[in-house]
Amino acid sequence: MVSIAVLAHALALLAWYLVVELGKIPAFILPSPVATFATLANDRYDWWSNSVVTAIEIFGGFFLATILGVFFALIFTWSRTGLALLMPLLVTFNMIPKVALGPLVIVWMSYGVVTNIVIAFTIAFFPILLTTLRGLRETEPELLELVNALHATRWQIFTRIQLPGSLPYLFSGMKVAAVLAVAGAIVGEFIGSEAGLGYLMLQVQVRLDTAAMMMAVLLISAIGIVLYGLVSALESLVVVRDARID
Amino acid sequence: MPALTEQHNDAATGEAPFIRLRNVAKTFTRDGTEFKAVTDASFDVDKGELVSLVGPSGCGKSTLLRILAGLITPDAGSTIAIGGGVPFAPGRDVGIAFQQPLLLKWRRVLENVLLPADILGLPRKESRERARDLLNLVGLAEAERKYPYELSGGMQQRVAIARSLVHDPKLVLMDEPFGALDALTRERMNVELLRIWKKSGKTIILVTHGIGEAVFLGQRVVVLTAGPARMAADIKIDLPAERTLELKTTEEFGAYSRKIYELLGMK
Repeated sequence: MVSIAVLAHALALLAWYLVVELGKIPAFILPSPVATFATLANDRYDWWSNSVVTAIEIFGGFFLATILGVFFALIFTWSRTGLALLMPLLVTFNMIPKVALGPLVIVWMSYGVVTNIVIAFTIAFFPILLTTLRGLRETEPELLELVNALHATRWQIFTRIQLPGSLPYLFSGMKVAAVLAVAGAIVGEFIGSEAGLGYLMLQVQVRLDTAAMMMAVLLISAIGIVLYGLVSALESLVVVRDARID
Repeated sequence: MPALTEQHNDAATGEAPFIRLRNVAKTFTRDGTEFKAVTDASFDVDKGELVSLVGPSGCGKSTLLRILAGLITPDAGSTIAIGGGVPFAPGRDVGIAFQQPLLLKWRRVLENVLLPADILGLPRKESRERARDLLNLVGLAEAERKYPYELSGGMQQRVAIARSLVHDPKLVLMDEPFGALDALTRERMNVELLRIWKKSGKTIILVTHGIGEAVFLGQRVVVLTAGPARMAADIKIDLPAERTLELKTTEEFGAYSRKIYELLGMK
């Protein structure tokens, strides 16, 4: 399977190369993959430090979203009052396009890595909260009857049934959140930043340095793929195959 | 555990029956209208007996089972005595199996069987031994390390039956335990259940809408009718103790089935 995936990517690169070469497309519109990867050799772009900044924002926003998403899902499962009081607010908040919050967050927090972590978090948070909440409630009623007949405590039901049962849902939420966290971090960098791959893209755009822009896009995707891969790997360790949600 | 090898005692010896139900009723209120799920159910169950509750949907058989499991409180005026004078702890002494196996997907078979022991906080080592004995009894000794998804529906239901027995309950309640299985697997499981029942000596109350199943499995069949829900009859099934599927083709078996069909107004 892995070799097929590698082959598919290699074929896509080849197609990209052929389209540019045979179509005689100008480099400022679409540079060839060779020209794109050649930018990696140029120190001017600070690829490494910019990638590190963006990766920190993505991973930071993602982990914050996971921790708080699970935390609120637990609160809402344990406390009906909490659910009744906070859930409508959170649903309304979720309706706000998070991108629109970006400029406000920058006003409140100034720009920088932490600000972009917060923006990535606001976008990635909801899928995790909603899927985990769903998973915690997904217990079959008859299974509850079965353990209630044994006079199981709430804690036993939670630890033996609800929590492990919610993990497949949590992971499907985390996979969605991984993609969204990437978008959030880059949006943050576009609105205001002084480092990162999104910042770099804006810098080179004014010079029509399309090759560097393409390279930045590839690196952003690569960071996203690493995060997604880590989530999938953790899932295959923790969740029994049959219980996974794809 | 002695209970696994204990021989099945036939009738009670003059003492109070193991379970005595008198005028058991349950009324639910839905959207302001009252709905009688069970009315006037009165019957006894002896220790070690296997009694079938049969009837159409809405006859209250599942409600009755949940009342026995302590999950639903019956109406005032209902009398339920379980234990026959011996202390009976509803949480500890009841085992349940439903139509769906309801196994935990993330637990291996042995750990699934151990769930009740885990919840009741029974000694880990003894429970494991007992769970293994029970998996052996249901013919799944080789499967203890497998996950539920690796098993067929019939095998999953065997695991669920082993789970209902792991804490050595005095009373086992089964709600349509084979209702989700295909017809042939179901017949095979019926024979299996009789074997498990005899080997374990448990008192079993089994809810079914299959009349043939009720007669084949039960030493007695309690017939419930719907609309309005009421108890129609309590029939002693005088068929040989050694029951094979051939029994279903005999005249006596047919006579019992016919009688129940008549009681349910399905002549």
